[in-house]
Formats: sequence, C-alpha cells, structure tokens
Amino acid sequence: MTEPLVRPKRKDPLRRTRLPLSPPGARSRTALGLAAAAAQGRFMLQVCGQCAKTIYPPRDACPGCFAPTPPFCDVPDGGRLLAVTTIRTSTDAYYRERMPWRVGTVQMDCGPSVVAHVHGDIAEGDRVTMSLKLDRSGQAAAFALPVKETPAMADDKQLREMTCDPKFRRALVTDGRTAVGQACAKALSEAGCTIVFVGVADPWKPFPGEDSLRRIPNVEIVPLDLTNSESTGDLAADIGGRVDIIVNTAEHVRPGGIMARKGLVVAREEMDIRYFGLMRLAQAFGPALRFRGADGVNSATAIVNFLFVHALANWPEFGAYSATEAACLSASHSLRAELRPGGVKFINVFHGPLETDWFQELPPPKVAATQLAKSAVDALKRGLEDVFVGDIAQDIRDRFLANPKALEREL
Amino acid sequence: MAGPYSPADLLAFAGAVASGAVRVVDLTQTLTPEFPVIVLPPEFGQAAPFRMEEISRYDERGPGWYWNNFTMSEHTGTHFDAPIHWITGRDTPDASVDTIPPANFVAPACVVDVSAQCAEDPDFTLNVDHLLAWEQQHGKIPERSWVLLRTDWSKLPPRGYANMKEDGAHTPGPSPEAMKWLVEERDVHGFGTETIGTDHGQATHFNPPHPAHYYIHGAGKYGLQCLCNLDQLPPKGAVIFSAPLKIKQGSGSPLRVLALVANEGART
Repeated sequence: MTEPLVRPKRKDPLRRTRLPLSPPGARSRTALGLAAAAAQGRFMLQVCGQCAKTIYPPRDACPGCFAPTPPFCDVPDGGRLLAVTTIRTSTDAYYRERMPWRVGTVQMDCGPSVVAHVHGDIAEGDRVTMSLKLDRSGQAAAFALPVKETPAMADDKQLREMTCDPKFRRALVTDGRTAVGQACAKALSEAGCTIVFVGVADPWKPFPGEDSLRRIPNVEIVPLDLTNSESTGDLAADIGGRVDIIVNTAEHVRPGGIMARKGLVVAREEMDIRYFGLMRLAQAFGPALRFRGADGVNSATAIVNFLFVHALANWPEFGAYSATEAACLSASHSLRAELRPGGVKFINVFHGPLETDWFQELPPPKVAATQLAKSAVDALKRGLEDVFVGDIAQDIRDRFLANPKALEREL
Repeated sequence: MAGPYSPADLLAFAGAVASGAVRVVDLTQTLTPEFPVIVLPPEFGQAAPFRMEEISRYDERGPGWYWNNFTMSEHTGTHFDAPIHWITGRDTPDASVDTIPPANFVAPACVVDVSAQCAEDPDFTLNVDHLLAWEQQHGKIPERSWVLLRTDWSKLPPRGYANMKEDGAHTPGPSPEAMKWLVEERDVHGFGTETIGTDHGQATHFNPPHPAHYYIHGAGKYGLQCLCNLDQLPPKGAVIFSAPLKIKQGSGSPLRVLALVANEGART
C-alpha cells in the first residue's frame, strides 16, 4: 500500500535546491498523438482504419496491413499486469535520482502489450487501468493504475511525478473578487493545499463573498492586481518562492464584436487584465516556479489558466473578448515551452458561458463557478494540460477539431 | 487689480518664496497604482487608474538611465476638471485644458472647513447656510476665487476614502443649492475637494444630478479634486497654482496643485 505523504518540513536553508531535470523527451511526430491524448486525460491508441488492429507503440503504418497513418482513437483502458520489475539504477540523470522505479508489461484488453510505469499498489497478475500521463518532459507516458481507488493512491511517488496534486502544496488564486476565484480557493483548500494565497485587487472596493472567502481554511488574502506590474512583482518578491500552483482567475467578460464597440477602452481593459495580466504573472512568478520544479514534495508544479472556449474560434457576439482569449491561448503555448525545463505544467481550462452576471442574458447550459473550480482541481490531480468543462466547451472543441472553417461560419 | 506691478515686485515675490516668507504647500496626492479612481456602474466606460511600466533601470534595456511609461485617465489622482468635461459646459468658450487662458491657472482660494461635520457624517452635504456662516466669519467670498472644501477626507485610508457601499459611495460634497449659489451669486473661479470627485458620493440622486459638475462647468468654471493638505491653508488668502497638462481637447488632467501661503510668522 502507498505510504501516505507527510506534510513536508520547512526547507533547510543551507542546502542547495534540487534543480529540475527532465526524463528523455524525444518522440516521433506520430508518437505525439499520445501526448495529445494525455493532455486531455484520454486513453487513445492508434487503431488501423483498414484492419481495425490496435497498435502500440505508435507507428507510421499499420504493422498488420501496412495501411498508412493509423488514426488515434479512444480505446478500452483495461488490462492485466503480466510482469513487473523494480529498476534500481539508471544512467539517466532524471531517473537516477528517483530510484527505485517500477515498470512492467501490461497486456491490454484492446490488443497490444505495453511497457508502462506501474503504480505501487499493483502486483503482478492484477487487473489494471491504463492511463496516459504527461511526464516532466511534457511527453506521454503509459502508467498502469489500480482499477479501484486505493488509500493514498495519489501519493504514489511515481504517480505524483506526473501529476500536480494540490496536497501539501501552496497555491495562489490570482483574483478572489470573482465567484470563480472564491470557488477555486475553496476547492484548493479542500484538496489539501497547506496555504491558498488569494489575490485581491483594489481592496478599497467591497465585493460579494468577501467574508466567506476569509473564512475558508488556509486562505491568506494578499494584495494582487494583475493590471499592475508593481503589485505583481511585489507579491512575487514576498511569496514567489512559496507558491507551487497558480490558478489565474482574473476575468473581464464584456459582450460585443469588434465593430459593435466604440473605441478601445474596454478592449484595452480586456487585454490588460487577461493577456498582459498573464504576462505579468508569468514574468513575476514563472522563473521561481521553473526553478523549483523538483523542490521536494511541495515542488512547483503548475499554472492553471481559465480560457473562454471561443479562444479556439471567435464568437462575434463576444468577438473582442474572444480575440483576447485567443491571445491568451497563444501565450499559453509559449509559456508551456518556457516552463517545461522545470517540469511545470501549464493547464488550460476551457469553458463556455458561466453562471455569472456578464453571461446573464444567455440561456443554459452555463458552467457554475464551483464546477469550473472542481475541474481545475481535477486537472491538477490528474496532471492534464487541456480541459474542456461543460457541454458548450466540449461541443466547440469537437466542431473545431472536425472543421474549423465550418465552425467559423456557424458562429 | 491694484496698480502697476514691476519686475522688482515679481523678484521680491520670488525672494519671498525662497526665504520662506511665502510658503508653498503641495495640495497633490502622489500618483500611485493603489489610489482609488472614480468607479461608475460597470456598463459605462471606466477611467483608467495610474499604472507604470519601467522602460529601463540601469540595466540591459538602458544601461545608464532609469525611466518609465505611465498610463492613466485624465481624471486620475489629483486632477483638474475643465468645463468640457461635463455636458453642461461643452459649449462654453475655451472649455478644454489646452484652450483655457493660462492666467486662470493662478487664482486665490477660500477654504471652507467642514472637517468636523464630515468626521461625524460621511454623507455631510454642504448647504448655502454653511457658506453664509463662513462669510459671516471671514467676509464675502470674492469673485474669481476658488472655493476649496476641507473635509480631511484625504487623511482616510483607501477603503474609508472611497467608502463604497451597496448603495454607492458615501462621501461628503455640496448640495445643488450651494453650487448654484456659489456660481450665480459669488461667481467663483472653481470648486475643489479632497474627495474622489467634486460632487457628493450620492450626487447621482440629487436634482440636478452631480450639481458641482453641472453648475461649475455649465458656467465655464473649473474643478479640482483629490486634493490634500487643505488643513495647511488659511480660510482666506492662499493663492492656488493649478496648471493642467496641455492635452489637445483634454477634459481634464492630473496635475501638481500648489498653494502659496503668506508665512506671517516669518515676515517679522
């Protein structure tokens, strides 16, 4: 059984912080299909369109019938652990300092056998649930998990390397004035964060939920205004070395297309709060996060950013806002690459209209703040990179993947 | 204006400033990102707060020099309101900051101290009676004189300063009658406050709404707000220097407001 994690002691200030290393990260372009699946928490392997064979490892042609470029499809994730071994030494610098490490061979119900990282609670011969996880180099890794949740399952040393579990970590929620910010503070606290710093801009302006926010266990209100470089820098100077997870909840939803608006004042506010805010946050906190990617049990692990799903395809009724979100989506790709050397993930949580004032006139389905917060914490626990919350976000994603031009016309 | 004024008089004045016989009081709040700006209902356009981005600071972006870009609205921090700021003043002559005659940036001030009343009641409303009582003590408010309302509001921390509640801001300011009287009966130069605007926090509900803006700018007069150090001014006799930035068709501008005060103790 997994030994439950104990809350880490304070760091010894005389010891050098362990620098983050990455496991081998080279993959073929075809194999990146696994990373795409892992990013969304899906279990996908190639399935030949011609002979229906499920293929692993990824190949450029079906080994059965030579049909070219078999597509990645969701496949059954069940299997049986045929053999397991514990590696005790390695020439790879990353694995060397994480030994011992369990790997095994899993016979998948869908056909292939897969060499996988093996959770500590599985024994040879056990049924397993196979998953694809993103490792510290951002690449997909096959990971065999127990079929049923075991006590302290998430605390497994190998699994925690691939997830961003909030347990015993310290989080920063950037905007506590919003319903989403408050729901995230609560969800992170419940998920085991030892401190949830919650940023509040313009403390002279009262806001709904202020009292209940202060009552959430482990919440510490801090001054933070993402439109203010000085404020962002000051907070990073104070707590930058003690923040392991950042959840960016700053929002500025305003309706209207590009021509529907008069002037740029609102557009500037949108860009300032969302896009430049993300940049300020990344510049202030990013370097410390990346540096602390292997800093023990409470190593720095992720930035979570909420994104309007119309970042993918502009919805002209919220045209200017969608454009801002598209800028944030693009920035997230840069930040992913910049954070990767530290093994720190950048998680995009896409959503459609929310149950908030600025989407008031839209009909359901809309996403509740609590649902969004729950999805963010779930993404951290599973180590995902792209999450689509609610029917609208998933629908837009599917239509975008199927035919982006058609979606543009439909919107 | 009494008699001719010689260069020697002007130099004597400069000497008096240098010697401290004329005290210069800074009535300006420091521009910081944290200083509250006026908040309108979110469906309206909003004034930008003060923000600063470093261009370089003796570093790779500029090894030998330090400088910043800053952004803010025309109505952020201690600022000047030009007549064109309000719809009632849009057709008055020389109504924007770039066209106001520069002599209008120098004018004497009467300081009406209602700080005791405001300490008791954040909704304190300045009435004609208060002004008449002030005149009884200090004499008639002269024409072309600023009237500055001392509330000591500038000494409050940001939350108390903005004092926003669910039904809006609760900060002191003038009644419609007081503003009409100051403009029509006393022909004042302008009206200045320590609060976030020249108007009362609840002035949306006055008739007319925002009477300070309505009457002052309607008569082509000026506003000053977010002032401080009014407690260092005499009730009468200070001269205010308040030149806004020369912004083309500007409706107002952040500025440095200085008061010149005779230091009567120093003269002897």
